[in-house]
Amino acid sequence: MLTREQPVAALEASATSSTLLDIHKIAKSFGKNVVLRGISLQVAEGEFLTILGESGSGKTTLLRIIAGFESATSGELWMGGERLDRLPPYKRRVNTVFQHYALFPHLTVEQNVGYGLRVAKHSASEIDAQVEQALARVKMTAYAKAKPSKISGGQQQRVALARALVKRPQLLLLDEPLSALDANLRRQMQLELKSLQREVGISFVFVTHDQDEAMVMSDRIALLRAGELEQVATPREIYSRPATSYAAQFIGHTNLLRADVRDGVAHCGSLFWTSQLPDGSALLSLRPENIEVAAPSGVPGKVRFRGKLRHKAFHGASELLQIECADGLLFSVRTEARSDWQGELEFEFDPADAFPVRNSEAA
Amino acid sequence: MEFLVSATNGSIRGSRWLLLHSVFVFAFLYLPIAVLIVYSFNGAGVGGFPPRNLTLDWYRTLFSDGAIWESVGNSLIVAAVAVVIALGLGIPAALALDRAQFPGKTLFRRLVLLPLILPGIITGLSLLMLFNEASIKLSLLTIVLGHGTALISVATTEVFAGLQKLDRAQEEASLDLGANYWQTFLRVTLPNLRLSIIGAALLIFTLSMDEIAVSFFLIGRDNTLPLEIWGRLRRGITPEINAISTIIFVFSLVAIVLWYRLRRSAEGSPEVAAELIETAVQGAES
Repeated sequence: MLTREQPVAALEASATSSTLLDIHKIAKSFGKNVVLRGISLQVAEGEFLTILGESGSGKTTLLRIIAGFESATSGELWMGGERLDRLPPYKRRVNTVFQHYALFPHLTVEQNVGYGLRVAKHSASEIDAQVEQALARVKMTAYAKAKPSKISGGQQQRVALARALVKRPQLLLLDEPLSALDANLRRQMQLELKSLQREVGISFVFVTHDQDEAMVMSDRIALLRAGELEQVATPREIYSRPATSYAAQFIGHTNLLRADVRDGVAHCGSLFWTSQLPDGSALLSLRPENIEVAAPSGVPGKVRFRGKLRHKAFHGASELLQIECADGLLFSVRTEARSDWQGELEFEFDPADAFPVRNSEAA
Repeated sequence: MEFLVSATNGSIRGSRWLLLHSVFVFAFLYLPIAVLIVYSFNGAGVGGFPPRNLTLDWYRTLFSDGAIWESVGNSLIVAAVAVVIALGLGIPAALALDRAQFPGKTLFRRLVLLPLILPGIITGLSLLMLFNEASIKLSLLTIVLGHGTALISVATTEVFAGLQKLDRAQEEASLDLGANYWQTFLRVTLPNLRLSIIGAALLIFTLSMDEIAVSFFLIGRDNTLPLEIWGRLRRGITPEINAISTIIFVFSLVAIVLWYRLRRSAEGSPEVAAELIETAVQGAES
């Protein structure tokens, strides 16, 4: 028993002092349904970490295990040298902002925010002061006496934030808190949340299925797929150096090229270029913005191809073209928006931009 | 006969038959009550048509009738205690049905809800035999026990419906904010169930007040109001009875309306209750 009390994870956690939460080989099954398959992940102090995944990837379950609403089938959680997963939810220095806010309908905004302090038996004057401060921080002072049903979704969101933050948690968990808001408010709240996190300096673990949201807000993204971590990296890294074909496709648009490498030359359909990759088949991710309309005079080292315009999607500043080559290869190309794209066009790309990824399907 | 099918888009306003039919149904339902109320103000007593010499005399006689008021007092005590017993046992039962997973849960649910459809005569007779066997003297206490146990199912159904509507995330939020399980139950779960509980109490109170079948078997020396009235009826209908019945009618009406409005404001789901009753019926049949 005692030896189990001091696993490697704990030693690692103390070695890197900035680690706040250590998720160690967490697995979870509901009956025969395996939801999480041994997740290991560290959350640093003051970090904004996003758990990104499609619905059913297990992201909410992982969050609920950290909060204490579910218990893991196996694995350990460590926070501040303490086994977190053995504490009941009300003893964890972790607070949650729920997807639908879960404000108490029978209490006013003010009483909602003060709830955590009241059950902790703080003095009335202290509660008042802290609630006032928390409401001011989320700009909800004017609604202190309102019932949750009388305020808008965005406002309820802020109250839920204030209610969680007033407890001064070491870690704040946010379960798709913006998914119920409309697009405009959502963008605004993304920025507000991010600056709030910088201001209070505590770690946020944010769960979302929206890759744009993850990119805008996160210090790091943990991409979850079918209960397994696909990649954990900064938004820039995960975009420019996706580990897997799934990561490449889920985060932004990409072209996945199946290439055959023989003697330092990669072949893909009728295209070929010199490559450093070892011989054999390779999967390459080529972002649409890395393909350009071919310059009149050929640029050495670039790969050129011709194709017919099949489809175009207007995105304001840019346009996404769907190009079909004679040999059936399909390319997505991001170009400047012009109304006169049509017919057969010629493009080129730098083979260095075709980044090798692991095939997720095979995994 | 197109109104038998809800999908028809034709107007049924023109149907004289439907109108006539409705008049008959409503007359059948409400005419007796109307007669009762009107004759409670009739100077000539129960006989004589049309009623004339409207008077409050019968109400005056009623108010000076000690035996009636004693039975009203008894009924109020019985109803109040029945509410406490039924809620005291019904709330935990509803919680168990909503949250706990245990072997034999379906059986438990059916057993809890069975009294809802069990004829009062069965409940009354079986309790009488039990009390006899245990040599417990019949008194108000036995009536209280009878009402309380027979009405647990009402409390369970109402509170269970309330629990089904409760947003579980609220309880999680409470735990998350540092409240332990008891604090969460008292500060979040119970306030959310407030309307269901008040509604159940009103309903149980009303049902107990005019309960006669179970009481009939379990009555000792102290009469409840319905039994007192029944006893007097054997000596003929008096206008005084009409007066007390009118008062009971008004009180029941107020209680039921109150209960219904509470339910509505709690955005109640009568389907849940209906489904429970259905299961109970199936349980009884199988």
